[in-house]
Amino acid sequence: MELLRFATAGSVDDGKSTLIGRLLYDSKQVFEDQLEAIERSSLARGDEFTNLALLTDGLRAEREQGITIDVAYRYFATPRRKFIIADTPGHTQHTRNMVTGCSTADLVVLLVDARVGPTEQTRRHATVASLLGIRHLVLCINKMDLVEFERTRFEAVRREFEDFAARLEVTDVTCIPMSALEGDNVVDRSSEMKWYDGPSLLHHLEQVHIGSDRNLIDLRFPVQRVVRPIASSELRDYRGYAGEVASGVLEVGDEVMVLPSGFSTTVEAIETADGPRKEAYPPASVVVRLADELDISRGDMLCRPRNRPTSGQDLSAMVCWMADRPLRKGAKLALKHTTRWARALVKDVTYRLDVNTLHRDRSADGLELNDIGRLDLRTTVPLFYDEYRVNRATGSFILVDEATNATVAAGMLLRAND
Amino acid sequence: MTYRLSHLDVLESEAIFIMREVVAEFEKPALLFSGGKDSAVLLRLAVKACWPQRVPFQIVHVDTGHNFPEVLDYRDHQVESLGVHLVVGSVQEDIDRGAIVEHPAPGATRNRLQTFTLLRVIEEGGYDAVLGGGRRDEEKARAKERVFSLRDEFGQWDPRAQRPELWHLYNTRHQSGEHFRVFPLSNWTELDIWQYIERESVPLPEIYFAHEREVFRRGGLLLAVGPYSKPRADHGESAFSATVRYRTVGDMTCTAAVESKATTTGEVIIETAMSRVSERGATRADDRFSEAAMEDRKREGYF
Ligand SMILES: Nc1nc2c(ncn2[C@@H]2O[C@H](COP(=O)(O)OP(=O)(O)O)[C@@H](O)[C@H]2O)c(=O)[nH]1
Repeated sequence: MELLRFATAGSVDDGKSTLIGRLLYDSKQVFEDQLEAIERSSLARGDEFTNLALLTDGLRAEREQGITIDVAYRYFATPRRKFIIADTPGHTQHTRNMVTGCSTADLVVLLVDARVGPTEQTRRHATVASLLGIRHLVLCINKMDLVEFERTRFEAVRREFEDFAARLEVTDVTCIPMSALEGDNVVDRSSEMKWYDGPSLLHHLEQVHIGSDRNLIDLRFPVQRVVRPIASSELRDYRGYAGEVASGVLEVGDEVMVLPSGFSTTVEAIETADGPRKEAYPPASVVVRLADELDISRGDMLCRPRNRPTSGQDLSAMVCWMADRPLRKGAKLALKHTTRWARALVKDVTYRLDVNTLHRDRSADGLELNDIGRLDLRTTVPLFYDEYRVNRATGSFILVDEATNATVAAGMLLRAND
Repeated sequence: MTYRLSHLDVLESEAIFIMREVVAEFEKPALLFSGGKDSAVLLRLAVKACWPQRVPFQIVHVDTGHNFPEVLDYRDHQVESLGVHLVVGSVQEDIDRGAIVEHPAPGATRNRLQTFTLLRVIEEGGYDAVLGGGRRDEEKARAKERVFSLRDEFGQWDPRAQRPELWHLYNTRHQSGEHFRVFPLSNWTELDIWQYIERESVPLPEIYFAHEREVFRRGGLLLAVGPYSKPRADHGESAFSATVRYRTVGDMTCTAAVESKATTTGEVIIETAMSRVSERGATRADDRFSEAAMEDRKREGYF
């Protein structure tokens, strides 16, 4: 069975909790005791019906304030696929949650209210999804029951959104008319909207082709650990390199180059606790043994001699700033990229991106909480990286405040001279 | 060739990656082992992550003193066969020396008391990362927990001050005195755990499979008759024999059994897939008190 990870987003009250509640409920992931608990809560709140939205209410502060604060992860499965939902809260100030949710997602589900159409928030979320390299976007045009399930309204909202999305890099946009409350087009096709001949949301999630989203071309294997079981006598000479295949396909007998040293050697074995393998591809965690004894440590990378990542200390990246304290030029931060830590100096804030208009504000000299912008960085050691657009695993990094240890930014690397 | 991994392979690889990050970036990690199915899977994954080395970190068990004897036997057997080092934190000892006070009601649960012992063991052991078997599908507060979850000097969790967790880039930096709880099984569901146990033939304590047991009914739950939990005749409770199994193992006083005929992993998977009651709802008396029970315990430093 295949795994699909998706993030959900929408403005407050667009019906996201109701939709997720319904997906879980209709796919029989809701247990009786959970249902009883929300029935009790619904009664206590004076709701007229069992409020499926309560299924996803997490923390006490969220229940008290009636809002969602943090990304919550939820799970359900159908006979075809297993799904992981990163449920991201809708408030403007929580762009960082959207970035977090998208960072591990294959697809994003956006909600809009059919009566209102796309809002600033919708555009912001779509932009973030696009920046984070999401290829598949689903726009759920919800509350169709409140516009008499009218086709013209659906088409108008869809056109408006598609006009905006055309400027983004998302290639696959699907729009679905829906009533999350009544279940139309969530799991089953709606009988109220005969004019719609597309799939229900669940059907789309089960069918959408994500296999080719992965990069199987550029071999990148960041070394996570050097394995040398010296304590054990029979394994005294064993030396392997543990890690996760970030991209590409690694095969026994392949010629590989080790960065930063630049030495080439061949793959002698690919092993796991379950035995040797002929090949490994993302996201498999394996141990690699090489024909020659080379000086290799954590943070080094295996690639092919004729297909190497960019190696450099001067980087350009889009970042989302996630800390209360603004980012200023000249800041020094810790940086984690693949399995390598470095220090980074912010040489320049090139521009701040207005995520609603996609305008680049070149007069910006810093980034505030939830801002997205382009930076020039210099690192203490070279990074072996690819453009984020072609390789999410080797194109992403985080920035960490060295005083507080807080994670303060998500970064997506650009081509060196873009 | 599709180059596609199944969902169990993806989950396994992710957990192994997380554990290797722990081994690479922390000085003194430990693994919490309760003898339950999640920790059995966690231990199996630790063996795989460290292979061909032995698991280099200590195994910690917080013993409430109310454990199922089958689970303790199982724990000792696992520890011995893997050659790992076991550290036991005894809740009973902390009660005996007056560090914590047990609720006076007979058979009261020691669930909350475990937090003290757990934090003491972490502090005494000097662990900077503690691997646990928590899953996000277990409970609402857990759904928001990070894979690498920072605890302050008091072991407390502040859900509002969690670090964003992006891609597979885990930020392990911390001040001295703070530690991380790390949850490699975050993205697993109860069904995934069972499917993995079957695929990998992970051994489990016998109480996970259907067996005859003396039980009594309390608050809709089936509790075992044992030295720490007895039916109260004055409350109309009475013992009877039933064919049951456990979906989780923990403190005998608050872990309930479910009626079941499943004697093999395959049969448990079928029952799990068909189950209409959540794992916690079916089996944990402690989480039924309030909607926020788990959140409150977690804030204090619980597992
Ligand atoms: N009429 C109608 N109301 C809906 C629909 N979906 C959600 N709602 C209502 O809209 C309100 C907000 O929904 P909720 O799911 O809490 O929104 P969230 O803030 O996006 O999570 C609630 O009163 C829902 O009952 C729908 O399809 N039709």
